[in-house]
Amino acid sequence: MIYKPVIGLEVHVELKTKSKMFCGCSADYFGKKPNTHTCPVCLGLPGALPVPNKKAIEWCVMIGLALNCNIPLFSKFDRKNYFYPDLPKGYQISQYDQPFCQKGFIELSKEKKIGITRVHMEEDTGKLLHQGDSTLIDFNRSGVPLVEIVTEPDFESAIEVVEYLKKLQQIVRYLGVSDADMEKGGMRLEPNISLRESNTTNTTNKQILPIYKVEVKNINSFRFVEKAIAYETERQKEILESGKTPIQETRGWDEVKNRTVSQRIKEESMDYRYFPEADIPPIRWVESQISNLKSQIPELPDAKSNRFKNELSLSIYDSDILTKDKETADYFEEAVKVGKAHDINPKQIANMLINKKINIKNVLPGHLIQSILTSTQTTAIDENELKKIVKEILEKNPKAVSDYKNGKIQVIGFLIGQVKQTFKQPLDTDQLKKAIEKFINTH
Amino acid sequence: MKIDVGHIAKLANLEIKESEKEKFQKQLSSVLQYVDKLQEVDTKDVEATSQVTGLENVTREDETKPSLTQEEALSNSKSTHNGFFKVKAILDE
Amino acid sequence: MNLNQLTIKQAQEGLKSKKFSSIELTKACLKQIKKLNPKINAFITVCEKEAIEAAENADKSLASQVFDPEGSDRRGETLEARPLLGIPIAFKDLFSTKGIKTTAGSKVLNDYIPVYDATVVGKLKDAGAVIIGKTNLDAWAHGSSGENSDFGATLNPWNNEFVPGGSSSGSPAALSADMCIASTGTDTGGSIRLPASFCNLVGLKPTYGRVSRNGVLAMVSSLDSIGHFTRTVEDSAILLNVTAKKDDFDATTPGVDVQNYTKNLNKGIKGIKIGVPKEYVTKGLDKHVQTKFEEALKDLEELGAIMEEISLPHTEYGIAAYYIIQPAEVSSNLARYDGIRFGSGRENFGGEAKRRIMLGTYTLSAGYYDAYYKKAMKVRTLIIKDFDTVFKKVDAIFAPVSPTPPWKLGEKINDPLKMYLSDIFTVTANLAGIPGISVPMGFSDGLPIGMQILGPQFSESLLFQIGSAYEQATEWHKRKPTL
Repeated sequence: MIYKPVIGLEVHVELKTKSKMFCGCSADYFGKKPNTHTCPVCLGLPGALPVPNKKAIEWCVMIGLALNCNIPLFSKFDRKNYFYPDLPKGYQISQYDQPFCQKGFIELSKEKKIGITRVHMEEDTGKLLHQGDSTLIDFNRSGVPLVEIVTEPDFESAIEVVEYLKKLQQIVRYLGVSDADMEKGGMRLEPNISLRESNTTNTTNKQILPIYKVEVKNINSFRFVEKAIAYETERQKEILESGKTPIQETRGWDEVKNRTVSQRIKEESMDYRYFPEADIPPIRWVESQISNLKSQIPELPDAKSNRFKNELSLSIYDSDILTKDKETADYFEEAVKVGKAHDINPKQIANMLINKKINIKNVLPGHLIQSILTSTQTTAIDENELKKIVKEILEKNPKAVSDYKNGKIQVIGFLIGQVKQTFKQPLDTDQLKKAIEKFINTH
Repeated sequence: MKIDVGHIAKLANLEIKESEKEKFQKQLSSVLQYVDKLQEVDTKDVEATSQVTGLENVTREDETKPSLTQEEALSNSKSTHNGFFKVKAILDE
Repeated sequence: MNLNQLTIKQAQEGLKSKKFSSIELTKACLKQIKKLNPKINAFITVCEKEAIEAAENADKSLASQVFDPEGSDRRGETLEARPLLGIPIAFKDLFSTKGIKTTAGSKVLNDYIPVYDATVVGKLKDAGAVIIGKTNLDAWAHGSSGENSDFGATLNPWNNEFVPGGSSSGSPAALSADMCIASTGTDTGGSIRLPASFCNLVGLKPTYGRVSRNGVLAMVSSLDSIGHFTRTVEDSAILLNVTAKKDDFDATTPGVDVQNYTKNLNKGIKGIKIGVPKEYVTKGLDKHVQTKFEEALKDLEELGAIMEEISLPHTEYGIAAYYIIQPAEVSSNLARYDGIRFGSGRENFGGEAKRRIMLGTYTLSAGYYDAYYKKAMKVRTLIIKDFDTVFKKVDAIFAPVSPTPPWKLGEKINDPLKMYLSDIFTVTANLAGIPGISVPMGFSDGLPIGMQILGPQFSESLLFQIGSAYEQATEWHKRKPTL
């Protein structure tokens, strides 16, 4: 029996707004002294009320638009109720049945399309720090805006998953809405993994989904995603082959033991008792606002890369490298503009950038062009000077001269090389060639 | 209806003594029986109201405001440590 | 008349004309508190030190004719914008007061000291008010009698064997026992209007969202209304002028203009159409309430109002809808009380709080949400429509507040459902978010009975107009309890 992975992904992206989602505390919490970025709202103090951050909402919609989502004109916030020490209000303000963005997609290589189920807005929790027989809590992170992106279970391999994650990271960085640094917790992921028998399909061409799924938490790098998927696939395969069904549960990735570990099995799934958040009036868009947000989305990586390939005649490989991040791509285009005036083509600039590992922060595009020009530039030399030089070389190489006279005209290349070597000046090749020919023919 | 007080209490993060479970069970049941009255009302095609102001799109600009000091934030807690709130170790992730 | 028996209006005039000082006024209140509070139990916290300091500052400002409190960034401003300068006001212990213990009437918060003021507390302070103390309440505002407090029941000053009403119990008791000049409260299902009617006071439940909820401990986020108790309708209007405002910290406060609420107080009610809901008067009213109600009807007619019978067909479902929506939101709003950042553990919740939390958790839980909460939200829509239809025909609604006069302490406390049913005439206004004012309507065996006037959203001016006309014609409010 061959089993194929069925994987869905839930990714949380931390927005880099100035302030938090529902209050004016600074959202820049990383590395700050504990509990110094809090207020009654994000600390969940009695009586405090949430007021949503306009920019965060707009950025969430922009992420959804970049993922080809539909933006319903009516949306609202809901309360997700559960108890945990890092959740100060005892509920998280999130979105349940009317999220900001729905039903999008993203294209991976080999024309694989991944369905985006939804993109919604929520708030982050505080941070827990385990220390001996205590747990310490810091609420600086509580209330930071999070965008949750959920995919359909369309992934069939770890490779696809990693490609998606890298693309998603690239997109949100291009949009300028998040740094999406996995090490800093700016992008967090939870894959849902199950296996299906590879010969199962039904007549409508949609795969029959497995009846269970295993959620894996605590993955904070692309490498660990691959490992976790590989481990889970193997683990589930063994269970299925023994005739049993893997338990529907949440597991944690243990990076020391290189395996997933079962977390406390809950008899039934969490009952979040969602209901509408009465402290926050709903959001109703008009079409022009959505179009306006759409127009603010810069050219995204895939489109830009294709354009470089088609309009600037670059290879896919070079285009992808140059569009890896927006700063490099913008720099490159600026350099192309400058280069055009000096007859330097994009390919030369691409080569320089890619191979010479230019630090674009230190070198202005204009200077980059300058250095290309200098390395290919030749100095025109005075006719008499040139005659003198040529005479010298030709007298040193009588055999080459006689070979040339005898019809071996390709030996002029050697002679040109000799002149260039000896005089170490950047000489114009054409001018030099003409000069040598002339000299030989007249002597 | 028989309400599982133990289960509900757990969901609600409340501790109900065994000796009290039956009393609560009866009281909750009597209220639930009363509110069941609502089933008499025809609400087909009626929209649910979750808030009465009719307000929409109330947001704030992305500007920072001063936060509480660490001291203020911790001032009402009975258990703190080096600027953190402190609780007994949580065993599951 | 003693200083502590003055209305806000009288206190304003006396302070302005220097007949007495704020210190004298405040000390008179404090003296009364010392004398009667041990019995009445209206106050959980008396802010003697803070009150005297505030009164001294007020006197300084009054003397220099310029606002002069220490540390205020409004120092130097004129006194016109300080209508409450030097006037002692008591606050229901649900209002966050910076540096002053705020308990919600519960052991869970018995040592909680807020680090910020509720918006409305800030507004009243800016208006010059003296915070004289925090008043008792049914814990977490769960109750209709004042008997659910973890700090002991509050007694009705009119007859100590009877309840003052709840959940705002200490505020009306303090005011009617002459311990302050005005007091604040919250009304989620009748918690201002009911106790006001039981204590012979004017109780205002403003339109939902008229007064900011920021900093007032949340009971039911979609129903809580922030209001107050006063001796006269005019005083109520004076207070609303201060507290009504759109607040950047409360996203549910519409930007409706704040009128001058005292403008129409003496306009009279000739030609005003007032509806009497037939469902309210056939509901097995206590005969004393019935009698007084019919008398009041005649009084209003004599004043020129056109009384008309109207129907609010979904009245009988109000309590059921309320007792689904309310506990559901309560269960969520009380989730933050886990003893980690403030307060003590959840084991300190009293029986009523536990009941409501569990009821709410149950009705919101998987498989029950549609049948209960969603259904209740739909019935809520029908109740709102009832009012909308009625307000097309009449300007305001006139109704009793409670089906009975005040009941004896202990009479309903062991039957939660029986207690819940005392809210039958008040909850629908909360579900619809409309304003209501409770005005004294007479007495039954020495116990006060009140009536309420309800109007469309943001019609407080009209309610004051009607209440004032009735008040001036009947003068029930001038009666005092034997203390």
